[in-house]
Amino acid sequence: MNSRKKLSELAKTIRSKNAGTDKITFDIIFRERETYEMVKLSGALTRDTVCETLNVDPARLTDFVEYDPAHAIKFTILRERPSGSAGDGDIFGAQQYAPFLDVEVDVTS
Amino acid sequence: MSSLKIICPNGHLGFAPLKTGSFHLGVDSQPDFIAADSGSDDIGPVPLGSDTCASPKAWQRQDLEEMLLASRRIGVPMMIGSAGDTGSNSRVDMYVEMIREIAAQHGLAPFKLGWFYSEVDKETVRGKIRAGSEITGLDARPALTEEELDATDRIVAMAGVHPFLKLLEEGCDVIIGGRSSDSAIFAAAALHKGYPEAQSYYLGKVLECASFCAEPYGAKETVMGEITADHVEVTAMAPEQRCTVASVAGHAMYERSNPFHEFVAGGMLDMTDCHYEQVSDKTTRVTGMEFSAAPEFRVKLEGSGKVGERFVGMAGIRDPYTIANVDAVIDWARQQTIERFGPDGWELHYNVFGRNGIMGDMEPLKDQPGHELCVVVQGVAPTREMAEEVCMTGTRQMFYARLPEVKGTAGGVSFIFDEVLPGSPAYRWTLNHTMAVDDPLELFPTHTAMVEGAVQ
Repeated sequence: MNSRKKLSELAKTIRSKNAGTDKITFDIIFRERETYEMVKLSGALTRDTVCETLNVDPARLTDFVEYDPAHAIKFTILRERPSGSAGDGDIFGAQQYAPFLDVEVDVTS
Repeated sequence: MSSLKIICPNGHLGFAPLKTGSFHLGVDSQPDFIAADSGSDDIGPVPLGSDTCASPKAWQRQDLEEMLLASRRIGVPMMIGSAGDTGSNSRVDMYVEMIREIAAQHGLAPFKLGWFYSEVDKETVRGKIRAGSEITGLDARPALTEEELDATDRIVAMAGVHPFLKLLEEGCDVIIGGRSSDSAIFAAAALHKGYPEAQSYYLGKVLECASFCAEPYGAKETVMGEITADHVEVTAMAPEQRCTVASVAGHAMYERSNPFHEFVAGGMLDMTDCHYEQVSDKTTRVTGMEFSAAPEFRVKLEGSGKVGERFVGMAGIRDPYTIANVDAVIDWARQQTIERFGPDGWELHYNVFGRNGIMGDMEPLKDQPGHELCVVVQGVAPTREMAEEVCMTGTRQMFYARLPEVKGTAGGVSFIFDEVLPGSPAYRWTLNHTMAVDDPLELFPTHTAMVEGAVQ
């Protein structure tokens, strides 16, 4: 049976933050190893899907790492303009994670 | 010494005040050093460019006072990096002055104060460019050009451990640093006492943001790091917090593009093979870190340049037809500004909150605006007078936008005031680069003085 859950139900932490003046990095951290492995296998978070969710050209994705010690999936994008330039709506890059809360994961076992 | 303990009470001293309860628990645990970083490039380019603080002086003073009094009472060194948010020379001087004032106010016994600067003269950088030593861009930036250098108001170099080590070797009890790698402040203390580089830099990496490496989430609480020749342990001091395998490993990737590598002046901390182990309820032990020296000594430079004076306006929209056509409203207001001031020499920026004010083009729901919007307007121009008028035009003309089918022809937007507000001047990050140097101390002149607290 197909069954889907939102990332916000599965992850302990979903956050975004500046990584220097020109990048924003996203951390999706899971409490249990099993959940982390399941999300990795599901294909819900890949280089392609995160670029699609954020509507950014894949060339702007500089890093995509599955980080086993922290049960975390982490990716980083180049900003459109450096943090704090006039017109930047998020100097700290701290509110860019929200679209990932609703990403659906196939949890069919 | 088989182990060394450092406490860190605040991940960005001054940005919000430290929590005194867990700080005093940390002081009572007999640390060998008390250290904190006080700066960040998170705060945007305005403080560096305009040589101001992002934090209120009262908060900075509170934390410096707590740390200085504790450090003198238990007789251990206190170290601060990136003084006053940016680490510019004037912020270092301001912290040095605050330390002197606090010492005098409390009649502290004499102690040795050390400080170092990290501002880099533009002509030094120009000389490197002209001599063919590339100022290399980080994060996809091109190499620095002289034009971009000309557009820069202030540059700070990011110190590694070297000036801290020099001041510790000179016997300083209190050190105020210019712009510094967060981790270097703590690493320098451990290196000074003879611990290996890998463990020392990891100690710095895990302590730099204080309780961000603990759970549950709670900022500005003190954590303690303990280093031995082969491991680092980190312990939460706040009664409600723990340092867990998950919280400590998770912190390794905070604010960085890659969780495995931390670059500092002179080398790189490699966390790829780190192993995390819960050794008691509040303590996690980390082993397996590596450090490799860089083949060439390069220092990171941060630079900020002024774009113009700035005013800020705000307008609200409730009419659903106007909301659906908010871009046309903005275009109208922009067109009125062009008619008055010409096509260039000024900037207008619109953030449409309730639609995509925070995420811009990355917002997946930008086609589903809320039932009311707030438009924040920024006008930027060479003079304050012009910036005010540009912003006023760009804000007030939204009121008069000519949409073909609007019913409410008495006024197209709401105002909570019909003025525009003076903002900080607009700056932009001009440098996020690295520069080769011959001597690790070349850009970081150090100074020392005895502070005769009681007699001032």
